[in-house]
Amino acid sequence: MNAASHQTDLKPHAAGTDTTVLSGAEVLLRVLVEQGVEVIFGYPGGAVLPIYDALFRQNAIRHVLVRHEQAAVHAAEAYARSTGKVGVVLVTSGPGATNTVTGLLDAMLDSIPVVCFSGQVGVPLIGTDAFQEADTTGITRPATKYNYLVRRPEDVATCVHEAFHIARSGRPGPVLVDLPKNLMVGPAPYSDAPRVPHPSYHPQTEPGRDVIARAVAAMKGARRPLFYIGGGIINAGPGASTALRRLVEKTGFPCTSTLMGLGAMPAGDRRFLGMLGMHGTYEANMATHGCDVLIALGSRFDDRVTGRLDAFSPGSFKIHADIDPSQINKIVPVDVGIVGDARRVIEMMLEEWDCTPANTRQPIDVAQWWHQISEWRKIDSLGFSQDMAPEAIIRPQYAIRRLYELATATGRDTYVSTEVGQHQMWAAQHFGFSKPNRWLTSGGLGTMGYGLPAAVGAQVAHPDALVIDIAGEASTLMNIQELSTIAQYRLPVKVFILNNQYMGMVRQWQELLHDSRYSESYSAALPDFVKLAESFHGRGLRATCVGELDGVIADMLAHPGPVVADICVAQDENCYPMIPSGAAHNQMLLGPDQDDEISAEGRMLV
Amino acid sequence: MTTQQESPVSAVISIQVENESGALARVIGLFSGRGYNIESLTVAAVDETRRQSRINIVTTATPRVLEQIRAQVDRLVPVYRVSVMTAADPHVAREMALVKVIASGERRADALRIAQAFRAHPVDASATSFVFELTGATDKLDAFIDLMRPLGLAEVSRTGVAAIARGAAIL
Ligand SMILES: Cc1ncc(C[n+]2csc(CCOP(=O)(O)OP(=O)(O)O)c2C)c(N)n1
Ligand SMILES: [Mg+2]
Repeated sequence: MNAASHQTDLKPHAAGTDTTVLSGAEVLLRVLVEQGVEVIFGYPGGAVLPIYDALFRQNAIRHVLVRHEQAAVHAAEAYARSTGKVGVVLVTSGPGATNTVTGLLDAMLDSIPVVCFSGQVGVPLIGTDAFQEADTTGITRPATKYNYLVRRPEDVATCVHEAFHIARSGRPGPVLVDLPKNLMVGPAPYSDAPRVPHPSYHPQTEPGRDVIARAVAAMKGARRPLFYIGGGIINAGPGASTALRRLVEKTGFPCTSTLMGLGAMPAGDRRFLGMLGMHGTYEANMATHGCDVLIALGSRFDDRVTGRLDAFSPGSFKIHADIDPSQINKIVPVDVGIVGDARRVIEMMLEEWDCTPANTRQPIDVAQWWHQISEWRKIDSLGFSQDMAPEAIIRPQYAIRRLYELATATGRDTYVSTEVGQHQMWAAQHFGFSKPNRWLTSGGLGTMGYGLPAAVGAQVAHPDALVIDIAGEASTLMNIQELSTIAQYRLPVKVFILNNQYMGMVRQWQELLHDSRYSESYSAALPDFVKLAESFHGRGLRATCVGELDGVIADMLAHPGPVVADICVAQDENCYPMIPSGAAHNQMLLGPDQDDEISAEGRMLV
Repeated sequence: MTTQQESPVSAVISIQVENESGALARVIGLFSGRGYNIESLTVAAVDETRRQSRINIVTTATPRVLEQIRAQVDRLVPVYRVSVMTAADPHVAREMALVKVIASGERRADALRIAQAFRAHPVDASATSFVFELTGATDKLDAFIDLMRPLGLAEVSRTGVAAIARGAAIL
């Protein structure tokens, strides 16, 4: 039969004039079109067959078939984070839905806008332990910003419209809509987006003038100021990064970033001190410890950042701007709390800075602060030495530096995802980002297996860009099935595995905290990644020594299709600098020779 | 910088929520998930036309944690408004108890006398038992139940606290 004759018109009609009877599934797709959805990441099954059938009969929305539902969510997260749009997921009931839980929580902790549609057994069967029935809204409630179990045909359109609004507004996050099969098969009325979506939901985006004024007054009196920015700047859109760059320039203040905020400030900017926290730079952490006014913008005083809380930035006047009021005073009591969208906060700070009297402080004070910072910078805490003999073992930091340099030399727009572990931290330290939305990593949840599906999502969103998953050999195996998705859609993703044959981050902690008893952290029985790539119709490359590294990277970057590059790196390398658990920012370990005892309390921390 | 040397206080958290199936689950899931204590919980629809329910939760926490609870609850999508009422905030808080006492003879007469003093109404009586209905502040109910204990207290059913601000202030 001719597929074209089955096309259903999903284009929006003026409300009220439309008398076509649509099925619930068609209503769903029509709302998606209306919401600007172009791609769905999903996996079919019994409960969503009507939706897949409706998908088959239209061509406005593209479906990307992943190989595991967790991967669908990570792909949608990366799609969202790299485009600023909402990522969309479609999975079946029961196991399809439960497989999304890790991804949903990942999106929750990193505030990524995702809408996940799950199939559900028909309404009359709910509660009967029907085949592939799960209490999906119950299971995902703490892993979502909001979720719905749609029970009536007339609620389909409204719930779906609302889900997008809730996912993208305020502090963004994942929303799940559970769709019973009978509602998708049966007729459902279409309705436009409600004018007041969800009356109880009212996120505040516009900051108060008074608090901005108090913040700027403190900034003008600062002698040792520091901006501490986070993922909220990225979520607020590229305009927030632009505004931030102006604010940093205008004030002349130094700026540090969390893992999630990388790219908001250009890595090479002289006022940027690099990442702070557990594996942050010496200068960023010393500045955090020593500043007199700390301006937190879209960051949330995560424990990876603060280290020992009672010693975090002691004595500083703290300003905290966040779109989520519950973040203010949650971990660290602050002196000025500002609720609002990061971009608006920064723009208003710029206005206020211009219209209030000149600095009360002596300019010389901030010059002294910069002098102090340049002394800290001289420590070169990210420095490492690479033996350049061709047969020398590759150090992982060097591999990332070369990847960064050679990728930059291509001049291509580059997106980097990571897995979780040492390689993630080395990527954050040594791959410089000059634009927002290019860095895709699992920060809050630290989900191994994030990077490969994230690369899928980023490449689908940006078909012509260079997309690299900087991976560890252990993490890669957690969602390795996505090589099949990559093959099917001919996504030219580059998987750059820093293969140290260990769950390196676990091994490092065991070395530092458990007298080098490497309990279950060796990556035994690894596959041959080159052959693995080939069996998934991609290109496999391997570098075993320094002499082979540049050639492999160059081949990888030049190859038009997917590549898995197995980079065999030093097995015993640790990630430094490091604030050991339970220590303060001015008690960093700079390298392996500095063997400080980790406190008993520190051992209890994650 | 503020220094935090606070001691826990008792508070009623009053929450106006959308009357939908998941709202209560979200609120109590937040309490259990974040390790906040629930000492009592009441919930009932209070506005049918606007589909709103009111949840009252009694908890004990430091002022800083109470503020965190308030903020965490307030950001839940189905929550309209939330207020935290401690002894410092003028409010009325009441609960109701049904108290079954099985007693005869002297102890039966004592139980009735005490019930009268507390304005507890016998809402059921048999040759050997009473069910008293008693409304009031939590400590009044506690005191009554303590007094019934030696007189044949058999079973207690309590509603938990419902609270509302005094004066013209509304949630
Ligand atoms: C799903 C999941 N399970 C377990 C962990 C704990 N964990 C953190 S890092 C790590 C090791 C990662 O090893 P690898 O991917 O080889 O990266 P490396 O540290 O060696 O660079 C583990 C097991 C995790 N973060 N996520
Ligand atoms: Mg490894």
